[in-house]
Amino acid sequence: MSETVILAAVWFAQIALALAMCLCAWRMIAGPRAQDRILALDALYLCAMLQLLAFGIRTGRTIYFEAALIIGMLGFVATVALAKFLMRGEVIE
Amino acid sequence: MSVHLADVPLWAAILAAAFLVLGAGLTLLGTVGLVRLPTFYQRIHAPTLGTSWGAGGMVMASMIIFTAASGRLVLHEILIGIFVTVTTPVTLMMLGRSALYRDRSEKNPDVPLSVKSDETNDDPAQGAS
Repeated sequence: MSETVILAAVWFAQIALALAMCLCAWRMIAGPRAQDRILALDALYLCAMLQLLAFGIRTGRTIYFEAALIIGMLGFVATVALAKFLMRGEVIE
Repeated sequence: MSVHLADVPLWAAILAAAFLVLGAGLTLLGTVGLVRLPTFYQRIHAPTLGTSWGAGGMVMASMIIFTAASGRLVLHEILIGIFVTVTTPVTLMMLGRSALYRDRSEKNPDVPLSVKSDETNDDPAQGAS
């Protein structure tokens, strides 16, 4: 019984997050400017991280947690580097 | 480490399911805002729904399920929650500053060229008010 409840919730969460990733991808393609694309990439990183968490709950393994942590860190570094690039024209001065 | 979902008691499963639905639903709402809001400075607010309660709800659900299924306290998911909460303001402030810099350097009419307190900072008449 409890397995059914959790699996139904994970199913809903994965569908919702996949839809959210599609919306982020649409904003990243449509633009209109570079900062919109970077913002959409940041949101896409977040959705991918949450998708991995949901996948970890579904399979009952904790190994996906480490992958989610790494994706979160990469997303932070990537967004900071891209914002710095927009500001200055180069990442490391 | 691997757990079986059938070992989770029903109350914990319902609680975790509520957190899962809340987290994923709020993340979806945030990206709907990202698509629908008209200007960049409004759009930058929308995905923070996903980084605050979206990530918080999913992390909470994961902690509840792994704690209830393995029979001991599993809290390592809170690392993700803390990390996302700390890094989101940093990234979005940098992105907002760079967008403002770009708009100002192109003399975009939608963005004020300077904030009033910047230019009148050393004016004692303005400072007193």
